[in-house]
Amino acid sequence: MLDNIRMAFASLWANKMRALLTMLGIIIGIGSVIAIVTVGDSLSGSLTDSLQGFGINNITVSLQQKSESDGGGRMFGMAQPAEEDRITDAMIDEYTAAYADSISAVSLASSLGDGTVGSGEDTASVSVTGVNAGFGDTNDLEPFCGRFIKDSDGERQLAVLSDLACEAVFGRADASVLGQSFQVTVGTKLLTFYVTGIYEYDSSGYFSMTGEDPVTDLYIPLAAAEKLGETGQGYTSFTVVAAAGTDTTAFLDETEAFFDSFYTHNESWTVAATSMESMIEQMTEMLNTVKLAISAIAAISLLVGGIGVMNIMLVSITERTREIGTRKALGARQGDIRLQFITEAVVICLVGGALGVALGVGLGSAGAALLGTAAKPSLSAIAVAVGFSMAIGVFFGYYPANKAAKLDPIEALRYE
Amino acid sequence: MQQPIIEMHGIIKRYYIGKPNELEILHGIDLAVYPGEFVAIVGESGSGKSTLMNIIGVLDRPTEGSYILDGVDVSKAKESELSAIRNRKIGFVFQTFNLIGRTSALKNVELPLLYARVPGRQRTKRARELLAQVGMSERAGHEPNELSGGQKQRVAIARALANHPSLLLADEPTGALDSATSRTVMDIFHDLHRQGMTIVLITHSQQLAEECQRILTLQDGRIVGERKGAGRSA
Repeated sequence: MLDNIRMAFASLWANKMRALLTMLGIIIGIGSVIAIVTVGDSLSGSLTDSLQGFGINNITVSLQQKSESDGGGRMFGMAQPAEEDRITDAMIDEYTAAYADSISAVSLASSLGDGTVGSGEDTASVSVTGVNAGFGDTNDLEPFCGRFIKDSDGERQLAVLSDLACEAVFGRADASVLGQSFQVTVGTKLLTFYVTGIYEYDSSGYFSMTGEDPVTDLYIPLAAAEKLGETGQGYTSFTVVAAAGTDTTAFLDETEAFFDSFYTHNESWTVAATSMESMIEQMTEMLNTVKLAISAIAAISLLVGGIGVMNIMLVSITERTREIGTRKALGARQGDIRLQFITEAVVICLVGGALGVALGVGLGSAGAALLGTAAKPSLSAIAVAVGFSMAIGVFFGYYPANKAAKLDPIEALRYE
Repeated sequence: MQQPIIEMHGIIKRYYIGKPNELEILHGIDLAVYPGEFVAIVGESGSGKSTLMNIIGVLDRPTEGSYILDGVDVSKAKESELSAIRNRKIGFVFQTFNLIGRTSALKNVELPLLYARVPGRQRTKRARELLAQVGMSERAGHEPNELSGGQKQRVAIARALANHPSLLLADEPTGALDSATSRTVMDIFHDLHRQGMTIVLITHSQQLAEECQRILTLQDGRIVGERKGAGRSA
């Protein structure tokens, strides 16, 4: 066997270019599978990591258009819920009361719109959002200076702003600006707020194509926002933090069922509850679909590669007819000849597979780096790839090898 | 009387059997070669020489007749048994050497031992002995394209002897060599003969045939003459 393998490598080496071209299909096939599996695994790995990092208990409850309802002349998918369709404070109060044990915090937000702070050269764009205290918990917002919005703040004109916005207004971002007033222009309105906290803006995950400064959030008490805004009462969505130890999946269904009772008679709207977990599940499903599609392409590439191997084996056997005749004259059995050529085909495929794995891991790592996740070459995928390329070698090598084994020694020896 | 190495009775070989172009090449050959003999089979091309050689070398089976090689009836043997017989009982020497390309002389000589399932270390030891016997020790690592014609044939003879065959079957072994190297190769055959090897030499050269003990002349598929060789011409 060892001699067969050595022989196979020798004949491979003698026809390097031909062997490489033959392997190309297998290299591409195996390479693309490994690359896509590596990228996919790295992506879902980092998704799971971020899921575990935070937000595993977050449930987003949002209004959703009933799919069959299209009435009222609204453009499909573009509709905004009217004020009477929104989730009200009363509903949320009832909900929190009903599931007090399962809920650790409810995060509410109501946007007032985008505005600017500062004057002259130093301006910053902000998105003014009214929030409750729960919003801070849900989004892990911890001001490095001052405090976050409290529910007891009521309609007071307080604001928590980013260090970026703070510097635009005061030229500094430290405790000395706490309690100072500043003005925000939202649309045509000029609003005055007092700084109550400054949080550090996390620029990761943001990239600007135009080089503009990012729009940072400016948080004000929810009641103040409702008073100042024109959007009216109610929410289109809010976030619930489930208490530790709550079965998120079950709680998701309960939440949906609870709000459904308010919307059974609503023609256009219903409520959907989603968690990070369910979103990740969807993402993973999507990733798997992509993986499957690429794998199908890879399978075709491997098939073509396998046929290439078969072709080259047939050529090789024709070229070496005399050698086969000689071997038979020296006492090689049919099985010996068959094994020799199957080994050669398997070696071609395995070398191709190994190169493909190297290519795939390389491409996959580059892809993962590009997506900003750590590459995780899948060992099982590599094992499967190696096994698969071996199987291709045996499958596509068998016919030529068998043909060689069955050659008539006299004819073979006479072959020129 | 010793038991013959080759014992053939009424060997007939036909091709295209049952077809309109059915062709009978050998018309009933009776042949006996005894251990230690050095026999030449001579004949013009088309005399059935190659066909007879293929049958002697069990590369082919006779259509009719019996062939007992070293006590084994090979006319009824199965394909796999024929492989084993070729491997153990016959040493082939070809006109065109037929060494395996891109494979060292040593590995070439090891080949019949490999097919005989001789373990690796013993194989190499035996192959080195054989190369020494034909004076090719220093070239053991060389590949065929690095060897001259005469050297190739010496390696091929070493390979033929690997499994201690009962018969050395040489088909025009000097046909591709110049006269000087032909002489070296023939000398090796004579040495082997002196050591007791049974040799059948197939040739169209009367001069080479004269060196053998016995000369059989084949013509139109029949053995038409048998005489003693004149011995070695100096």
